[in-house]
Amino acid sequence: MTLATAQKRSANGASARRGADHGAWFLVLPALIPILILSVGPLLYGITLAFTDSQSGRTEPTEWIGLLNFQDLWHDTLFWDSFRIGLLWAVGVTVPQFLLALGLALLLNQNLRFRWLARSLAIIPWAMPEVVVGIMWRLVYNPDAGVLNETLSNLGLGDGRDWLTGLGTALPAVIVVGIWAGMPQTTVALLAGLQNTPRELHEAAEVDGAGAWRRFRTVTWPALKPVALAITALNFIWNFNSFALVYVLTNGGPGGRTRLPMLFAYEEAFRYGQFGYAAAMGCVMVAVISVILAFYLVGRLKGGDEK
Amino acid sequence: MSTTRTSKPARAGQYLALLGYLVFLAFPFLWLISTAFKPPRELASLHPTWIPKDPTLANFRQAFDEQPLLRAAGNSLIAAVCAALIAVAIATPMAYVMARHRTFLARAATGWVVVSQAFPFVLVIIPLFLVLKNLGQINSLPGLIMVYVVWALPFALWMLVGYVRAVPTELEEAAAVDGAGKLRTLVSITAPLLAPGIVATILFAFITAWNEFFFALVLLKTPEKQTLPVVLTHFIGAEGAADLGPLAAAAFLATLPSLVIFAIIQKRITGGMLTGAVKS
Repeated sequence: MTLATAQKRSANGASARRGADHGAWFLVLPALIPILILSVGPLLYGITLAFTDSQSGRTEPTEWIGLLNFQDLWHDTLFWDSFRIGLLWAVGVTVPQFLLALGLALLLNQNLRFRWLARSLAIIPWAMPEVVVGIMWRLVYNPDAGVLNETLSNLGLGDGRDWLTGLGTALPAVIVVGIWAGMPQTTVALLAGLQNTPRELHEAAEVDGAGAWRRFRTVTWPALKPVALAITALNFIWNFNSFALVYVLTNGGPGGRTRLPMLFAYEEAFRYGQFGYAAAMGCVMVAVISVILAFYLVGRLKGGDEK
Repeated sequence: MSTTRTSKPARAGQYLALLGYLVFLAFPFLWLISTAFKPPRELASLHPTWIPKDPTLANFRQAFDEQPLLRAAGNSLIAAVCAALIAVAIATPMAYVMARHRTFLARAATGWVVVSQAFPFVLVIIPLFLVLKNLGQINSLPGLIMVYVVWALPFALWMLVGYVRAVPTELEEAAAVDGAGKLRTLVSITAPLLAPGIVATILFAFITAWNEFFFALVLLKTPEKQTLPVVLTHFIGAEGAADLGPLAAAAFLATLPSLVIFAIIQKRITGGMLTGAVKS
């Protein structure tokens, strides 16, 4: 083969590839343009707003105020309270949810009767609007007409409480709802991970006389780990950012005990009109989430290397 | 199957755990239904019962009287249908590229899908609110639909990429060898195989938009424009007091469409999610 034809060929190859790329761009643009205009753009705009004194309904022009919003946030004990509550809520929902879902996934992976029923019922929390989930649990927690207090008193366990308005019970009560609402998704993801673990390995381990716990530790868990890590990181982030459920259940009350960061930011922005300040809150939340996401990505890359 | 080796007590424990799970899953929903059909007298009773002694439809009638539920459902329907159709129409070509080409673009898009799940909506909604306000699109369904389209895109892409990967490239290559052009291959080979996945994605996007609350709460100001989840919250009074019967009835009705659709497509969704999650 002469040099000339080789060059020609590679040139042809390159142009063909470029042709494919042109086609790719053409296919991607319909989605890319709205994403840039309505998602990436507002995100960047939102970050810049954090450095301004933007307010709703103000007539004078918005001004740059540097880090002033962040300085104010630093001294805003209410914000840090809500941040702490947000973390408590996110951990309080994500961790038990993961453990319960893992147990369930292992259970549903067994050859049990009625497991179809469990799978069908799992649709309910998954498909329900969060607002309805909140309303439904308000009915359950209702101090007078609710099923929870009635059941507890029938069992002789206490004489009823006002779960959602009690200072000590509100956050735990809301966390239970969070666990309930997200469990099916977590379970299904883990179940899929389980079904990807090679059965032969399990059988081999069993033949070798490994007990259930050792089989789990040496065969199931290593195969499940990437899925488990991904779903836990995403759940944590979703929970930290959640809004509708708690808005309907308690609207942040009593006395701010369930005021998640998103509820706080929503009030600042759309009740008090402090757009710049609320945007600064959003930035702090993004910063924390980025750290978590970084951990997740590093863990995932490591997981990839092992293979 | 390793199940034959499970001992009897262990098996009993497993069934007990399964029972616990079923109860935990089902009881709030059963309570919602029970409350929806109770007459006021039974709702005020100090010892509420699981099964209404005197079931009634009065709560449903009262719910429709108290709030503009039908119009809200209409608004939700318009927003959800438009958003789902547009989102999937523009996501499908992009998903195809993401699944078939390992270019920079595909990687960037995948990265965006992950990142977009992470940022708090408040950081997006304030600028969107300002922009839509300048465009005169606050309190308008088209404005909300635009937001929903972008909001539905990450998950639609995620699912569709999984479905595209499930279509073997060999089929497309065979068509190319037979002399079919790129477009022809896409239309006559890939599209039909992808169709069930596309339908599932549309339905899923529909449900997410139908259920969405935060954007609708911020962007829709007047009751005539509001969607069903926003109108539902009006049943809960300012002090948190609520007329339980109509509240339950309206909440139950608002859930039915999602439940029915989800029951139909559940297998496909989990399938699509999983192929997306496992292979990426």
